[in-house]
Amino acid sequence: MATQQEPNKPLNGVNVLDFCWVAVGPMTTKYLGEYGATVVRVESVKRPGTLRRAAPYKDGISGINRSAYFASYNANKMGITVDMRHPKARELMLRMAKWAHLVTENFTPGTMENWELGFEQLKEVNPGIVMFSTSMMGRGGPMEKQPGFGPVLSSLVGLTNLTGWPDRDPVNPYGAYTDFIVPRFAVASILAGLDRSHRTGEGIHIDMSQLETTLHFSAPVLLDYAVNGREQSRAGNRDPGAAPHGVYPCAGEDRWIALGCSSDSHWEGLKRIIAPDGSGWPHSPDFDTLLGRKANENELDRLLSDWTSSWEPGALMETLQSSGVPAGMVNDCRDLFDDAQLQHRGHFQWLDHPEIGPYATDRSEMIFSLSPGSLETPAPLLGEHTSHVLKDLIGLTEDEYKSLEEDGVLE
Amino acid sequence: MLGASTPASSIGVDFLLAPYRVLDLTDERGLLAGKILADLGADVLQIEPPGGSPARNIGPFHGDDPQPEKSLFWWAYAANKRSITLDLEQKGGQALLERLVAEADFLIESFSPGYLDGLGLDYQRLAQINPKLVMVSITPFGQDGPYSNYQANDIVGMALGGFMYLTGDDDRAPIRISFPHFYLHGGAAGATAAMLAHTHRVVSGQGQYVDVSCQQAVAKTLAHAPQIWDIEGAILKRMGVYRQTSGENRVRINWPCKDGYVNYMVQGGTVSYSTRALLGWMKEDGFETNELDAINWEEMGYGAITPEFMAQLGVPLGDFFKGHTREELVQGSLDRRILLFPVATPADLQGHSQLEARGYFKELYHPELGVAVQYPGAFVKSGDGGDISGLYRRPPLIGEHNMEIYKEELGLSASERDSLKRGGVI
Repeated sequence: MATQQEPNKPLNGVNVLDFCWVAVGPMTTKYLGEYGATVVRVESVKRPGTLRRAAPYKDGISGINRSAYFASYNANKMGITVDMRHPKARELMLRMAKWAHLVTENFTPGTMENWELGFEQLKEVNPGIVMFSTSMMGRGGPMEKQPGFGPVLSSLVGLTNLTGWPDRDPVNPYGAYTDFIVPRFAVASILAGLDRSHRTGEGIHIDMSQLETTLHFSAPVLLDYAVNGREQSRAGNRDPGAAPHGVYPCAGEDRWIALGCSSDSHWEGLKRIIAPDGSGWPHSPDFDTLLGRKANENELDRLLSDWTSSWEPGALMETLQSSGVPAGMVNDCRDLFDDAQLQHRGHFQWLDHPEIGPYATDRSEMIFSLSPGSLETPAPLLGEHTSHVLKDLIGLTEDEYKSLEEDGVLE
Repeated sequence: MLGASTPASSIGVDFLLAPYRVLDLTDERGLLAGKILADLGADVLQIEPPGGSPARNIGPFHGDDPQPEKSLFWWAYAANKRSITLDLEQKGGQALLERLVAEADFLIESFSPGYLDGLGLDYQRLAQINPKLVMVSITPFGQDGPYSNYQANDIVGMALGGFMYLTGDDDRAPIRISFPHFYLHGGAAGATAAMLAHTHRVVSGQGQYVDVSCQQAVAKTLAHAPQIWDIEGAILKRMGVYRQTSGENRVRINWPCKDGYVNYMVQGGTVSYSTRALLGWMKEDGFETNELDAINWEEMGYGAITPEFMAQLGVPLGDFFKGHTREELVQGSLDRRILLFPVATPADLQGHSQLEARGYFKELYHPELGVAVQYPGAFVKSGDGGDISGLYRRPPLIGEHNMEIYKEELGLSASERDSLKRGGVI
């Protein structure tokens, strides 16, 4: 947090007034906090954010400060509680906008304007301000106010249509998947906006449609339709340029290995492990070439499954990798914590939360040589930093603070 | 409609990153990073080996003709970039790269760990030429560690990142998305990394090196599933067409209809209006709904629908959906305020009213093929609808911009260029 920052994080000195909620916004501003920005989340006691009311809770007991889901996505941020419907909230937020370099929000378009805190109004008090807005459908257009959330967007954006077995109904990619695609585009765009503001002194309002952003994760599929008229659909785990290619059972319950042979050298590497003496089914001429393996793929998968099913997945991964075969165990969430590479990278970090105790959160996937990020403080308790932020960072006097409290602006 | 040789500046393109140049050495494992920066306005030089990037071999292809200039994968992730060819394994190529590095702001690469070190083109060396350079490496697992030399393709990466275990039907093997995402997550993270390092450079004047792991990028897409293990000691499982609402409870979200699929989640509480409206429509259709109408949807908490209740609900709901086309269901739901959405296909997206209203798809002309192609456009706009990013140049042909760079910018003479070409350097 602000007072304890290392001196050399990339975003030291960047102040963020953060209205984001649920997942897509908080993951975006988590990166900003991890890399040194001072992020102040504006929350409401009357209408606490969705993730504060989402499992898992410490000891399974729900509570506004007990969600590990919320805690994970809001590390390194401070939190204040304001009744945004109070007539005096606007003036307070404008004072904060003067302090801020960046305002972030992911409400339905129009919400900030209803509070008279739209970009034009923010710019009046802070000409260089960058405002970042993201919504499902973007601003303007007939579906601007369409309600919905991540799992719906996976369907709308065509990713559900691309996921599943050809002989079954399509399935959603796990969770609110698009919420975790958008933030990297968002951070890059925000920083590009801050850069421009820094160069020109002019503020900018950035509008990100999550639908439009996520479509870049299937751009070739869209082009295939546009130029070839082909509608790609779900193909299980098959790949047109590889065989074998899939997920195969291992010893134990619900244990699996993923592997894919896109070249003859991968296949040769697999054969060396399955049948090192040069005899047996892998040496059938049916499987000699990629085209042969594709033509006999069902049989190939059946034989390979028989063979993999006696292996422990981690040992099989190591064995196949040592033979040059792209292979990886299908990590479940416990495996992720045990994964040697993720451990090497320090992927999970434990923070100590006053109500939850030690909890795991994931760190950035980037390692910087000169200005590393770090997660130091747990997610804020609801309203934990209201006094600190308003008095110490914004400079409200004791009297001003008290009167806001008495008026019910501060919750 | 914009053609290949239209310089961005001459058509008034002044996007957010207009002052900056990026050297993009990535192949299919990292193309998206430079694409994001190019869309934001940076001048991105895609550096391809003579003969072209291996990413050009990835299908599908225009007209299903497997030519390097017709790869739709390449088109999607190389548009807006310029292309020069350069053989990094030859001294002459390395010397040219070093000259380009001297004037560049960013260099992005996705080679296997150690490859550039072996050529003497590691960050330490390049930083001697240009201490302000931001260099980003995108690899499956990172530059070091036990998996750093592992072979990875999409399915291996999505498995090791934890995504696949959570996706698919519970009675079958875990499943991936049928379009590869592993390297796209890492590529997007590469753009984020570049901009974070750039922001530091603006203040400090110093460049730096950033090491991006695609596996970690995927592991960051899992919402609260890791926390469920950490806090509850439970391993979340995949649940196919269902979505977990609490503990053992789950509701169905994907439903077959007459000609495709729709997304609908039966819920009470604050969205009980949607459930009521659907029941009303079912009644119009002649369904017996008295029993369902009698349920106190308004008071029902999130996650209260048990598997038994879901199974019971699934019969009439499933029958109702199967009796209608997707279009009927989507339009009828809009009229009745039902929270039902299409499971969209590529055709739906091409004619999507919201995307059209916002001018999302952008036509780029491919003069060699004589075709104009609709591309997915800007991923970010300004709040008033203005262009701050977007498409302005069709994907480059192999080495299309060699002259612009080698002759006009580096000032190589005709005989020098000829020697380099004969030597297979460019």
